[in-house]
Amino acid sequence: MIDKNNKSATILMFHVHKNYGSKKALIDINLDVSKNELLFITGPSGAGKSTLLKLLYLGEPVSEGQILIDGMNLSRISRKRIPLLRRKLGIIFQDYKLIPTKTVFDNVALVLEAMGKKRQFVQKKVNSMLRTVGMEKRFNAMPQSLSGGEQQRIAVARAVVGSPKIILADEPTGSLDSESACVIFDLLEGFHARGGTLLVATHDEKLIRKTGCKVIHLKEGRQISK
Amino acid sequence: MILFFKIAIQDIRTNRFLNAVTIITIALSILIVSALILFFVNANDYMNSWKKGIKIIAYLKPDIVEANLVDIKSKIQGVYGVAETDFISKEEAMKRLRKQIKRQSSLLDGLKDNPLPDAFEIRITEQSANSEKIENLAVQLESLPEIDDVEYGRKWIGRFVKVFELFKLTGYAMSGIFFIAAVFIVASTIRLVIYSRREEIEIMRLVGATDRFIKVPFYIEGIIQGALGGIIGLAALFATFIYISTNVEHGLSSDLLHVRFFSLRLSCTIMLCSMLVGWLGCFISLRQFLKE
Ligand SMILES: Nc1ncnc2c1ncn2[C@@H]1O[C@H](COP(=O)(O)OP(=O)(O)O)[C@@H](O)[C@H]1O
Ligand SMILES: [Mg+2]
Repeated sequence: MIDKNNKSATILMFHVHKNYGSKKALIDINLDVSKNELLFITGPSGAGKSTLLKLLYLGEPVSEGQILIDGMNLSRISRKRIPLLRRKLGIIFQDYKLIPTKTVFDNVALVLEAMGKKRQFVQKKVNSMLRTVGMEKRFNAMPQSLSGGEQQRIAVARAVVGSPKIILADEPTGSLDSESACVIFDLLEGFHARGGTLLVATHDEKLIRKTGCKVIHLKEGRQISK
Repeated sequence: MILFFKIAIQDIRTNRFLNAVTIITIALSILIVSALILFFVNANDYMNSWKKGIKIIAYLKPDIVEANLVDIKSKIQGVYGVAETDFISKEEAMKRLRKQIKRQSSLLDGLKDNPLPDAFEIRITEQSANSEKIENLAVQLESLPEIDDVEYGRKWIGRFVKVFELFKLTGYAMSGIFFIAAVFIVASTIRLVIYSRREEIEIMRLVGATDRFIKVPFYIEGIIQGALGGIIGLAALFATFIYISTNVEHGLSSDLLHVRFFSLRLSCTIMLCSMLVGWLGCFISLRQFLKE
């Protein structure tokens, strides 16, 4: 069914359907994303963009069809190996999902600690990551004390710090002013420029026009060509 | 590992109230259970010294000659369950009798012959100190041709031992119940902690943390709770023990009531059990949580 010899593809979706109860959120999605590609997923609110990304990181199970990520078949993956899949991915959530009881530093460090990295390595890597996103001075701050743009920078730092192959970004600039949005998008482009694969779900047409990359349009759960 | 400890301690600090409740619960359970155990340890000591005091007197037939005594003694010694045998000559027996009845001993002066028989006083091993075994032993001794009659405390000895054993069994059952209750209370407080942190745990999972990574700090937390509860419970018992024993020993002869606290080994065992309670509590609530 799925062409497993397609070496250049890191993400393959094959006739994927997703239902929430009787509600059809995604209908017959087919997708292949190559290494180092930058792909936009766009469409109006409620079109299924977030759902598509959720299926990729197994935040939700697929109802029908198959997904392959970096050689892992998501419908066959055992519970124990889900963390391995997620370590290949850097995820930026629509609502940031920073841990409110941990400092900025600990939020970013968590990814590396969960991988079992050594303390010294974690220290160095997180500090350099915070410098990259321009938040090194706020390492000891709690997430609630930061602005939306700052929180999103931390979220980007957390997504990138584990050196993932793929980044999934859900409305990364959605709730930010245009200046903050620029900073965030530059950070993501930096990841792409260093050879990473990047999926961005957004309804921000401006963002897409700026880059002229491959785009997937969703409408009421269906892929539509433009 | 240091990291896990750090997380666990941070967690205890952010959930102070829940942790305090858990620790107090464990401490109370440990206090009650170890008070029971302490009672049994001392009662057992007392029983054992009493059991050692159980004697069987085997009266010899009047026609036994002194030359045979060694032979008889070794025969008695050969009976299973016999610990020690002492020969009590009739003269010795008379002396004891006089001592016992002191004032009325003049009554005995009227006797021309000593009517008392020679006898062996037999102490039995601890294991044989129950009614059936004593009876058995007595029957065996009686069947020796040189022995005329056997005397011992009959039925009530065994009954007393049996009642004590029953008492002990009740104690075990109660300890077991308290253990289980403590485990479940720990489980439910840990569940509350997990519930209050479910969002954080979900995020940890989303960024690639394994179940193990998430669970270990909880286990450490449970074990710390168990250890603290154990220390507090034992300390409270020890304080009570000191208080009671200094106040009571004035009233009772300390000979009769020679009480003692737990040995170091038993204290450590209780501590380990307490930590096990914490661990098991975690185990139960985490298993439920990770199934969801
Ligand atoms: N957990 C859920 N349960 C039920 N319906 C959901 C759930 N998540 C999303 N949906 C529905 O699925 C559709 C697609 O949602 P979503 O993927 O969030 O859209 P988008 O991100 O493009 O705005 C919407 O109609 C939404 O109401
Ligand atoms: Mg969305």
